[in-house]
Amino acid sequence: MSIRTESDGERFALETIEVAKHFGGVHAVDGLSIAIPRGKITCVVGPNGSGKSTLINLLSGMLPLDGGVVIVDGVRLRAVKPHETPGLGITRTFQDVRLFDQISVWDNIMVVLTERRLLPALLERGKSRQRERTEQILRSVGMWEKRRSLAMDLSYGQRKLLEIGRAMALNVNTYLFDEPFAGLFPQMLERVKDLMRQLRNDGRTLLFISHNMDIVRELSDHLIVMDSGKLLTEGDAEEVLAQPEVIEAYLGV
Amino acid sequence: MSTDSGGGGSLIRAAREPGVFMRLARGNLELWANLVVITWAVVFAIWQGSGFAITLGTVFAIWAILAVSLNLVVGFTGLLSVGHIGFFGIGAYTVAILTSNAQYEQLRTEAIPTFGWPFFAALPVGIVLAGLTAIAVGVVFNRFRDDIFVLVSFGFAVICFNVFLNSRALTRGAFGIHEIAKPEIGSVAFGSEVAFLILALVFLAVVVLISWLIVSSSFGRVLTAIREDERATEVFGYQVTHFKLTVWVISAMMAAAAGGLFASWTTFIDPNSFILLESILLVSIVILGGLATIWGSILGAMAFVLLEEGMRFLPFLPDEYVGQARQVILGVLLVLLMLFRPQGLLGRYKL
Repeated sequence: MSIRTESDGERFALETIEVAKHFGGVHAVDGLSIAIPRGKITCVVGPNGSGKSTLINLLSGMLPLDGGVVIVDGVRLRAVKPHETPGLGITRTFQDVRLFDQISVWDNIMVVLTERRLLPALLERGKSRQRERTEQILRSVGMWEKRRSLAMDLSYGQRKLLEIGRAMALNVNTYLFDEPFAGLFPQMLERVKDLMRQLRNDGRTLLFISHNMDIVRELSDHLIVMDSGKLLTEGDAEEVLAQPEVIEAYLGV
Repeated sequence: MSTDSGGGGSLIRAAREPGVFMRLARGNLELWANLVVITWAVVFAIWQGSGFAITLGTVFAIWAILAVSLNLVVGFTGLLSVGHIGFFGIGAYTVAILTSNAQYEQLRTEAIPTFGWPFFAALPVGIVLAGLTAIAVGVVFNRFRDDIFVLVSFGFAVICFNVFLNSRALTRGAFGIHEIAKPEIGSVAFGSEVAFLILALVFLAVVVLISWLIVSSSFGRVLTAIREDERATEVFGYQVTHFKLTVWVISAMMAAAAGGLFASWTTFIDPNSFILLESILLVSIVILGGLATIWGSILGAMAFVLLEEGMRFLPFLPDEYVGQARQVILGVLLVLLMLFRPQGLLGRYKL
């Protein structure tokens, strides 16, 4: 395990150097240095409580860094502010699907497409460009017929899909998906897989967390194995999956 | 004849077969709420005569401005504020102090400086003052959410009341301020009740228009997203504190306008008009009418005023219990509503 001191913004969309987060005495993420290759699907695996979700929370600014540096496209950041992440080309989904429950499916997508500045937002009333994009996203996640429903009235699988759609609407370079496959029917699984492959084919960078080893094997190009907030091993998915001790100790396959 | 399909179908059928309309109405509480309240208002106005109707109309307009403005904060942004009466009070006291021209020596009470400004010069000052207060308070309040926000806004209402009561050199404390000026534009004076009602309704119309422009814009959609999940909204690139502060200040300024109208209409105010209870009643109106709907707040204010004034005429109720009975009934209504229809009569959002 080497600690990089130089970043390579060409090869890596996102890098971390020695990032740390602790809650009280618990080191959720403990001096983690990883690099997420551009244009590929990276998967983070590890047992429960190994700091996978915390890593995504740190990268998306939901939690402040307690130490270390995050490098986005070669730019070193000591702090990531949540409202600046779309500007940095990062967006995410949440493990516990966090939609805007009591507004319509349509508005759930529209809201991420509209004006960020106060005064222009007050004067803006939904541009045709935004409406077209919303329709396109809703159709691609199969939710167009449901556009008038409240987000809270959707089924769990539909909510997961809508959340992924909401992230896709943002049209950024890097997508962080926190357990996108948890609790999905096989049919929905295929749909999410297709969406992720489609994003990769568009040249986007993806990072996802999963416990489903079949999906990890199938989808990931790059694999990060974590344990107790530390990096256990990192590398090309096939190579890492070939290491018998990794499989035995942490993946349980 | 082929069957209708599409949006207008059910209405067309309702027009052809009388029974269908009733069936349509039976399951539709929103329609019933509108019908009952508006019919009640019309009947009440005819029964009591135009003089009383004009008075009620003015009271309604003032409550409606307050309810619509509070709904921006409570219903659309999800910040349950019980301190709105504070901004109402700031508007009322500013107009009172700046326009009052009372001869306090004759009243044999301590004097305060009199300015004798016209109403329309004092009102903007009150609105701006409430706005500035809202900025100062809002910057602090921005870090609170949910139940904690209720508590701190409660604190704000209590502080405002005590400032009104105890800054005697400015507000004359419990003595109150007399002879607050009526609005005048050039030679047109709004001295009569009818003229004042029209002015109040114009104010209400402006407030409704501004509120509608806000909630139907992209800004309004972001507010509802903040209400649903503030942190998630932030991750999608919005500086939520700025959005919350903006709507908070706008809402406070509308409340101050209502306060100015109220002071001028009654021509006398004292701190008792700005107690916490009034703020709670206001929140009840907003919840009763429905969260996140402008028309709901207007209907809620109408129902509240009718309830308040209508109970005066209940034959079995002695006069001195009218105030309390009104609160009991409002309380029972709120409990029933929360049990069976938590989003309020016309609501688009559940607390």
